[in-house]
Amino acid sequence: MKTTGTFAEAGADLEFVDISKRFPGFTAIESLNLTIPAGSFFALLGPSGCGKTTTLRLVAGLEEPSAGRILIGGKDVTNTKSFQRPVNTVFQSYALFPHMTILENVAFGLRRRKIDDPLGKAHEALRLVELDHLAARRPAQLSGGQQQRVALARAIVNRPALLLLDEPLGALDLKLRRQMQLELKSIQTEIGLTFLHVTHDQEEAMTMADIVAVMNKGEIEQMGAPEQLYELPRTAFVANFLGQSNLFTGQVTDSTADFITVDIAGRGIVVPRTRAQRHAGEVTIGVRPEKLMLHTDAPAAGAGINILGPGRVTDVSFSGVSTSYIVHIPGLGAVTVFAQNMVFGPVVNEGAEVWVSWTVDHGFGLEDEPTPGSRFPADASTNAIAIQRRAALETELEGA
Amino acid sequence: MAFAAFASSDAAVTKPPRRKSTIALVLLLPGILYMVLFFLTPLISLVITSFQAELPGGDIGEYVPALQWQNYVDSASEYLPHILRAFGYALVATVFALIVSYPIAYYIGVKARRWPLLQSMMLTLVIAPFFISFLLRTLAWKQILSDESPVVQALKAVAILPADGHLTGTPFAVIFGLTYNFIPFMTLPLYTTLERLDTRFLEAGSDLYANPATTFLKVTVPLSMPGIISGTLLTFIPAAGDYINASRDFLGSSKTAMLGNAIEANFLTLQNYPVAAALSIILMAVILILVGVYVRRSGTEDLL
Repeated sequence: MKTTGTFAEAGADLEFVDISKRFPGFTAIESLNLTIPAGSFFALLGPSGCGKTTTLRLVAGLEEPSAGRILIGGKDVTNTKSFQRPVNTVFQSYALFPHMTILENVAFGLRRRKIDDPLGKAHEALRLVELDHLAARRPAQLSGGQQQRVALARAIVNRPALLLLDEPLGALDLKLRRQMQLELKSIQTEIGLTFLHVTHDQEEAMTMADIVAVMNKGEIEQMGAPEQLYELPRTAFVANFLGQSNLFTGQVTDSTADFITVDIAGRGIVVPRTRAQRHAGEVTIGVRPEKLMLHTDAPAAGAGINILGPGRVTDVSFSGVSTSYIVHIPGLGAVTVFAQNMVFGPVVNEGAEVWVSWTVDHGFGLEDEPTPGSRFPADASTNAIAIQRRAALETELEGA
Repeated sequence: MAFAAFASSDAAVTKPPRRKSTIALVLLLPGILYMVLFFLTPLISLVITSFQAELPGGDIGEYVPALQWQNYVDSASEYLPHILRAFGYALVATVFALIVSYPIAYYIGVKARRWPLLQSMMLTLVIAPFFISFLLRTLAWKQILSDESPVVQALKAVAILPADGHLTGTPFAVIFGLTYNFIPFMTLPLYTTLERLDTRFLEAGSDLYANPATTFLKVTVPLSMPGIISGTLLTFIPAAGDYINASRDFLGSSKTAMLGNAIEANFLTLQNYPVAAALSIILMAVILILVGVYVRRSGTEDLL
């Protein structure tokens, strides 16, 4: 490999061409096509078992694809071994060598590539993660967070064209995780490498990545900037995996050049045409809970406003920044509303009669075929979906 | 008053541990008694014997208590070749056993992880020789390596062995026997460490530009050091004191006699008890020193 003895000049782009990976009994990835631009922070987001870790291992060369090609910086690396690829991984388990000091762990890759002054560069990398004072210790003497930073230093010290991060923050507590997220992001910006980050934590993906790809069942459901994915999810899976959504299914009753109108529980709900993937027949539309407004009196109908109700508040839960209300609307089911806590205490109490409204511009229409049920479960949180998918995959595996 | 309260509660707290330690002592008693009776007493008797002097005008095998340091000097100089052979053969056999056992243990412990049935079958095969007596197996090898055996005939036919050559009675046969007999003692400890080897470290090595050979030397070997240490000790220590393989009745000859054979001959045939005892003490001391240095230098404190 030409990288031997020198550092990569800059991040390289990564390209997947028709990659498939089949394990005995099940398919992890089916003809995946994906391009990750050089220098970007790319997050692969998905529930356990969606194939994201397999994707990462394929890039690292720890698994071989069943079909397809992998290109790093335009060069085909499909048939090269893991140790020949200009790629480094921060493993989920950190995998720090227990028999070596922290310093030797970090210098390991440099020594293998016969790079000048490995110890000096290792010290430098340790200073970057603020752990140089622990250079002489062994991994077992460090806390989880410190080990994580050493694992990061051990990978970035090699200046790989591509850095792979396999849920590296999973074992950290919330505060440390936030801190590491920011540190990772600043390191990436500083040294300009391409980062491929695999995670099931949607918040982590959104905070750190320039581009997020939501992966499900071995395929990429949607890819784009975090805001774009959040504001305009294209599938029910994305709508519910990335944050929460209220989804409604109904028949399109009217369609103009700018808007479509959908019949939801007897009311005409308007969605901008550009924000809807399907424009005729039975469609599923959605709106984010924080975009909803609660009203104790029936709001005046007007252009640019969608109104649902009246319904009854069945649950109020306070979570600091906001309060979450579950409103039961007859013929429609539960609707979740997040309201900013601008005043003391909840705006309405359990049992109150309310209406919900939102600006037409906030609605979105999905491309999924509507499911037999008229309504998607509103309480499908990220976690619930992840558990569901995992259970489904497990039964699939057992069946095989 | 407050202090008094503390004092009384302290006393109450310290009592149970004392009861516990008596229980521990009672439980340890059989072991301690056994060691005193069957290890410490013979050892002391051996040390006393090693300093004994011949009874002036006495019969063969009659000795009187003395403090004859000369016994050590005499036996060490007389049996120096035996001492050297003992440690030399044991060392070579240990190295061979390690070379043979490591791949076996690696295969069973790492590669065969996905097939537990295969794993247990292979382990059974490693232990299987123990079902037959050590002496019988060595005698069988004597037959296989004897001059009339097809093995020797074949080696002579392809001129690897000269026409008047032998296998039995040579250092080769003795080292071969030692290696063969101690392979399970090497394989099992190696297996137990390799079985726990986290293959993610190997992936990390490969990820950090180490080719398979370098990963093996820099990651696998250091991580399996506890198994290498215990395996080599379990092989080297008994091999150094072995007197079966090197004996004339089995695979050896007078030219291959090891320290164990010298001790046996002095105790049982020559009835030269002080020399036999001195040789035993020398054997023990040398093993202790070698093992001490070895364990210290191998630097496995972090892994043990």
